[in-house]
Amino acid sequence: MNYISSDLKVVGTRPIRPDGVDKVTGRAIFAADTRASGMLWGKILRSPHAHARIVSIDTSKAEALKGVYAVVTSKDFPEIASEEAFVGEGPMNFRDLSDNIMARGKALYEGHAIAAVAATTAAIADEALALIDVTYEVLPHVIDVDEAMQPGAPVLHADMFTAGVNPKPATPSNIAKVVTFKKGDIDAGFAEADVIFEDSYTTKPVHQAYIEPHACLATYAPDGQVTIHASSQGHFMIRAYTAKLLGIDMAQIRVNPAEIGGGFGGKTLIYLEPVAVALSRKSGKSVKMQMTREEVFRGSGPTSGASVTVKLGAKKDGTIVAAQQVLKFQAGAYAGSPIGPGCMCGFAMYDIPNIDVLGYDVVSNRPKVAAYRAPGAPISSFAVECAVDDLARKLGIDPLVIREKNAAVNGTKTHYGPTHSNIGFTQVLEATRAHPHWKAPLKEGHGRGLAVGFWFNIGGESSATVHINEDGTVMVATGSPDIGGSRASMGMMAAEVLGIPVSKVKAIVADTASIGFTFLTGGSRVTFATGMAVTQATEKVVDQLKARAAATWDIPVDAVEWKDGKAYPAGTNAGAFEPLDLAAIALKQGRTGGPINAEVSVNAQGAGAGFGAHICDVAVDKETGKVDIIRYTAIQDVGKAIHPSYVEGQIQGGAAQGIGWALSEEYIYNAKGQMDNPGFLDYRCPVASDLPMIEAVLVEVPNPRHPFGARGVGEVPIVPPMAAISNAIKGAIGLRMPDLPMSPPKIRAAVDAAG
Amino acid sequence: MSKSHVTTTINGEAAEFLCETQQTLLDVLRDVVGLTGAKEGCASGDCGACSVLIDGTLVCSCLVLGVEAEGKSITTIEGIAQGDHLHPIQQKFLEHAALQCGFCTPGLIVATKALLDENPNPTETEARYWLAGNLCRCTGYDKVIRAVMDAAAVMRGETV
Repeated sequence: MNYISSDLKVVGTRPIRPDGVDKVTGRAIFAADTRASGMLWGKILRSPHAHARIVSIDTSKAEALKGVYAVVTSKDFPEIASEEAFVGEGPMNFRDLSDNIMARGKALYEGHAIAAVAATTAAIADEALALIDVTYEVLPHVIDVDEAMQPGAPVLHADMFTAGVNPKPATPSNIAKVVTFKKGDIDAGFAEADVIFEDSYTTKPVHQAYIEPHACLATYAPDGQVTIHASSQGHFMIRAYTAKLLGIDMAQIRVNPAEIGGGFGGKTLIYLEPVAVALSRKSGKSVKMQMTREEVFRGSGPTSGASVTVKLGAKKDGTIVAAQQVLKFQAGAYAGSPIGPGCMCGFAMYDIPNIDVLGYDVVSNRPKVAAYRAPGAPISSFAVECAVDDLARKLGIDPLVIREKNAAVNGTKTHYGPTHSNIGFTQVLEATRAHPHWKAPLKEGHGRGLAVGFWFNIGGESSATVHINEDGTVMVATGSPDIGGSRASMGMMAAEVLGIPVSKVKAIVADTASIGFTFLTGGSRVTFATGMAVTQATEKVVDQLKARAAATWDIPVDAVEWKDGKAYPAGTNAGAFEPLDLAAIALKQGRTGGPINAEVSVNAQGAGAGFGAHICDVAVDKETGKVDIIRYTAIQDVGKAIHPSYVEGQIQGGAAQGIGWALSEEYIYNAKGQMDNPGFLDYRCPVASDLPMIEAVLVEVPNPRHPFGARGVGEVPIVPPMAAISNAIKGAIGLRMPDLPMSPPKIRAAVDAAG
Repeated sequence: MSKSHVTTTINGEAAEFLCETQQTLLDVLRDVVGLTGAKEGCASGDCGACSVLIDGTLVCSCLVLGVEAEGKSITTIEGIAQGDHLHPIQQKFLEHAALQCGFCTPGLIVATKALLDENPNPTETEARYWLAGNLCRCTGYDKVIRAVMDAAAVMRGETV
């Protein structure tokens, strides 16, 4: 059923989330908070070299240390054939993942896991790591993406022959893949253009920087049953990867989803769980592992850094007739950067007849990248949205007008295939034009920037169960880890369908043995896909409730109507019966046919693309190079906000991460290829005093494919900030900052160079 | 290595524990005392997830040794609510949806308590600078700051 035009009582309100009290009182159990009797502490030895052959590993001294129960190296993991894995968010190969969690033959980046130990205390485990003798043959390394593509660059993988080119190259290189998307005739497009603008841009790898380091607790029992408590964006993902990497049947593995302390895509891969299970198998004891912050930076995936060029051709009136983009994405040590989405998202906001996009997926001696909020899109859009702004300047056209003039609408065919339908970009631009921020006068010396962004959003496989308790309260269980308040929205959708207060519904996240398969929390899919499963399961329960009332009244089921939490006879012909409420039916469910519940699994399609526009005012201190965000407004089509506070929160949080990406965050490497800033002091995420209030404006253009009209909201908000800020800086000081981060030294250098 | 015996007060209750001299207060609270509300986000004093009060002073418990608790009074997130009655700061964090993942929340609430104990009527800027030692990666701080300002007003008796 579709409730988009219904009079909604719960959806759209702002109740307190069901897991809220636990989280403000310190009761919530995150992975690092879990304990098991007799458990050991597991620790990982990591490569100090960016690129080195592992000649030998001698673990004998570590094994002999009192308190050490197990030491593992890659020899303790089965060799796995190259096979594409469709388990996490973004491309991954099982063999590469196995290699990434424990280096086999070569260390490919500083921080690459070499060996692991389990000991009675963390201190003994650390001591044991220091006793492991590793002989390395240090190899030349390469960090930068452009350098990694050069002929003669150190090659990471002898079997990497660029995919996507014909004929297949004769020699291996660091270019894993080439991706192209074409629409129309790019040469003809540029030929008819009155004005052409072209520029180059770079972005640095940035880390998701979830505050909770990766952690898990694993037990391998003597009968081969494995229990894992872990923090992740998908406990089914952990099960799948652990089963494959250790050669264990999935039925033997039960993964319990601990509370997750932030992920943003970074917890759609695994690093620790197979290692902890291997240590537990070897030691016969439970093993707990948690990364230090330094390990999170050195050993887990940031997103790609990139080098991008954009060329735009337009008519004098601002109509863009040709758009070309070349993107070179760092994948880290293994293939699989988000080059695909990067190529798809840059021009997806616009209706341009001739488009040509070329993307490269490039490996170098850095940690394997992981998904980060709208993977690839922020990098691509930073370049496009800076270029569109400069094109507008060149044409003497207002930056909002050029976007309105070229905006994608329903029916626009994208360069990557699909035709936009049911999108709300026009409404987002209307809300931007109407917003007081856009009209507010600018203070002397301040600059204002505008940028727009797109994310396609995904659906996919989700399962949900709804149980009616004996007292008429309701349990909702899903397989989606709750990363930002999704339990609240799941409970709200169920309450709405049942017509009861949300306080009567308890939503939980069930473990891998207790619910059907559910793809991970990512791609902004949970409210859409899992919400669809919850809604359908609740509707099945309502059908049963109506059937029980019909049986009680001895009338046909289609003569019963469900409204406001009660069964009513549908009209006077059905008979004169007092309504039966949920509690009354629930109380007698054992005698009227047994427990009332339903489980529904879906493979949801039609996620509904999301569009946003951000307006940003900055002040630039030319003396120090510091940029202050003075005012920030983020406008986005969210379909339907189930719980508006958490929708706003997604937008505000995404914008803040984008501000960090724009101004201060970056991986800094020394000449040896080692990261010089693996801590929160030197890897500078925005803190409270860096930011103003971030106004989130919710535009609601319902997604007809979702029962309540919801579309994904979590990823769009990180797409526009970098360009919005670069455009604002250009407005303030007249200089284009094409390289991220736009940190004080870069601003200073640009100001000095301009004289 | 012999352990040190520490006599202290935790959340208003007399407490004793044994710890190694190099163990941080955070590790002692989490692994010895069993209070896991304070979180380890960095172990270097940069993220504030492990914030506790020692005799009312806000500290990162990862930068304090367990033995330094001797004779002191420690307040952790577990000691902020009075029984089942939430502190106004906790209530306002819930009402304003000032948390998403909730991992930084214990530290933010403890830090906010320290702020409002010292300055019951902070400006938004003062609140932002006071909380600059508590990283939150989910919220962009907007709803956190609104919750703090609203809690301050409640504690001053201006609103409910």
